[in-house]
Amino acid sequence: MTTDTKTPEGAPPEGAPPRMSAPPSQKRRSWTGLWFVLPFTAVYALFLVWPTLLGLYYSFTDKSLTGRPVEWIGLDNWAETLGDERAWDALWNTAVFTLYSTPPLVILAIVLALLVNRARRMGWFLRMAFFAPFVIPVSVVTMIWIWMYQPDGGLINHYLQMLGFQSAETPTLWLQDEGRAMWSVVVTTVWWTIGFNFLLFLAALQTIPKDVYEASSIDGAGSWRQLRHITLPLLKRTTALVIVLQLIASLRIFDQMYLMTAGGPNRATEVAIHYIYIAGFEGYRIGYASALSYVLFVLILIVSIVQFRLFSRKED
Amino acid sequence: MTALQEKPRTAGPGERPTVKRRRKKVTAGTALVYFAAFALALLWLLPLLWALSTSLKTETEASLGQDIHWIPREWSLEGYKVLFERGDHLDWMINSTVVSTIVTVLTLVLCVLAAYGFSRFEFPGKKIVFGAIIAGLMVPPQALIIPLFDIVTTLNLADTYWGLALPQVVAPVMVFILKRFFDAVPRDYEEAAKLDGAGHFRVLWSVIVPLSGPIMAAVGIFTFIGSWNNFLWPLLIATDPSMMTLPVGLGVVAGGYGLFYAQNMAAAVLGALPLLIVFLIFQKQIVKGVAGVGLK
Repeated sequence: MTTDTKTPEGAPPEGAPPRMSAPPSQKRRSWTGLWFVLPFTAVYALFLVWPTLLGLYYSFTDKSLTGRPVEWIGLDNWAETLGDERAWDALWNTAVFTLYSTPPLVILAIVLALLVNRARRMGWFLRMAFFAPFVIPVSVVTMIWIWMYQPDGGLINHYLQMLGFQSAETPTLWLQDEGRAMWSVVVTTVWWTIGFNFLLFLAALQTIPKDVYEASSIDGAGSWRQLRHITLPLLKRTTALVIVLQLIASLRIFDQMYLMTAGGPNRATEVAIHYIYIAGFEGYRIGYASALSYVLFVLILIVSIVQFRLFSRKED
Repeated sequence: MTALQEKPRTAGPGERPTVKRRRKKVTAGTALVYFAAFALALLWLLPLLWALSTSLKTETEASLGQDIHWIPREWSLEGYKVLFERGDHLDWMINSTVVSTIVTVLTLVLCVLAAYGFSRFEFPGKKIVFGAIIAGLMVPPQALIIPLFDIVTTLNLADTYWGLALPQVVAPVMVFILKRFFDAVPRDYEEAAKLDGAGHFRVLWSVIVPLSGPIMAAVGIFTFIGSWNNFLWPLLIATDPSMMTLPVGLGVVAGGYGLFYAQNMAAAVLGALPLLIVFLIFQKQIVKGVAGVGLK
């Protein structure tokens, strides 16, 4: 989506009309264009640029949700974040979630796309089955999974007991166990969001001309060799794209945790945005929460810059 | 590769001109592929089917401690009936519809205007404004919730439709997508319209917009889905239960229904339904839209 940072309009040399423009008379400099751009820019300035600057300012103050007078406190908030164990734990949990969720969301998506690409006759049904969860609101997703994760009488434990993996006397606690809660949220997340990655891979697969496979199978290459030497190499760029998009999405995790575990048990699933939320809206410390936000912001920014690099390079 | 591309790509799945000797192997493999794909698809649908099944049971039949069975012994709409009597589910649905519609319409109007401006005009400050919007692509909205909340409450927009909607309208990526599309539209069409005396807005409205149907549909559908499913922002800004959107209402209020699982799952099914219907209607555009992300 964010690919064309290198369009000529991005940075046209002063005065020289960009490559794509037709007669120069059409693109003469005037104020007209500004009127078209203004409405969006105004909303953009108020709800994106301004909060970005305001957040930076607040991070140097003791601004509170209670509305008492604001005082400049310099780097105090920033220094506090460094020593705040709960903040580090939250960042760590965010990283753990990202590390757990990204591999299945990429690898399983490739597998699903490969299957669907071969099973063309069921294409419509399969696409629907894998992508449908993605359009469902997060709270519906969590309601259903909390119901399935019920230790006593939930669907998952029922089948595990039926298959003999678990005895009825000691049902597995999924969301209530420190060690398993994170994994349980990861499973729910994979089910919910894999459809998007799956469609990206499927689209990439469908651009590979059939002739490539036909030519190689005349040369005697079997399906496995074709997969390894033709398909997977051709998916490289899409895979890079999916990984980066997935990293950015996973670092922003909040909704599922908030709804399924509320950060528990014993803060085992408290993630960065959740802690920002707690510091700001439960602790009333807008200044401190702003500093925390900026730490996360910078982390995501680094990943985004990698994404930008990836995108601009492939244009050549 | 290039020499082989004369053959139309629309060749059906069945016609593979492989040597006969290999044919049997391919068929066995294909059967396995179909089986695996079907089994996984079924697994993926199970949670939704289980929610539907639970929602159609009576509260006693659905409750914990009962044995697990998929077909209700006694079909019941009790769960749905209770929901409609409570009424808040309907409120949330209306709120979500209003907010998502405002967000979608405003996003389309503002982004189309901006994209056209950037695509067709030179004006003082263009470089700076466009650069600022590029930079915005890298700002995660979740990291702005604290100052944004402050701004929106200062404007007295908490618990209002505008407070819910306006911050979601800022979508630099949509400006990009549309601008890239407009850049590719030949200028000749506009020249003709201009010779007929049409102004800039007329040209945009009657020449460019009609040419942009599919891309605008994609932008519109994705904006709508994104806004409908947004959770964090409405959670912060709508504290009055009657102003909550569907995801927040379901998450915050309905979570407190406690042990009424039939009712709970009825709420889940009703909550999933609107966008599932949208998805089924616009499946083609949505699939194409996602594909477009990867294929630039």
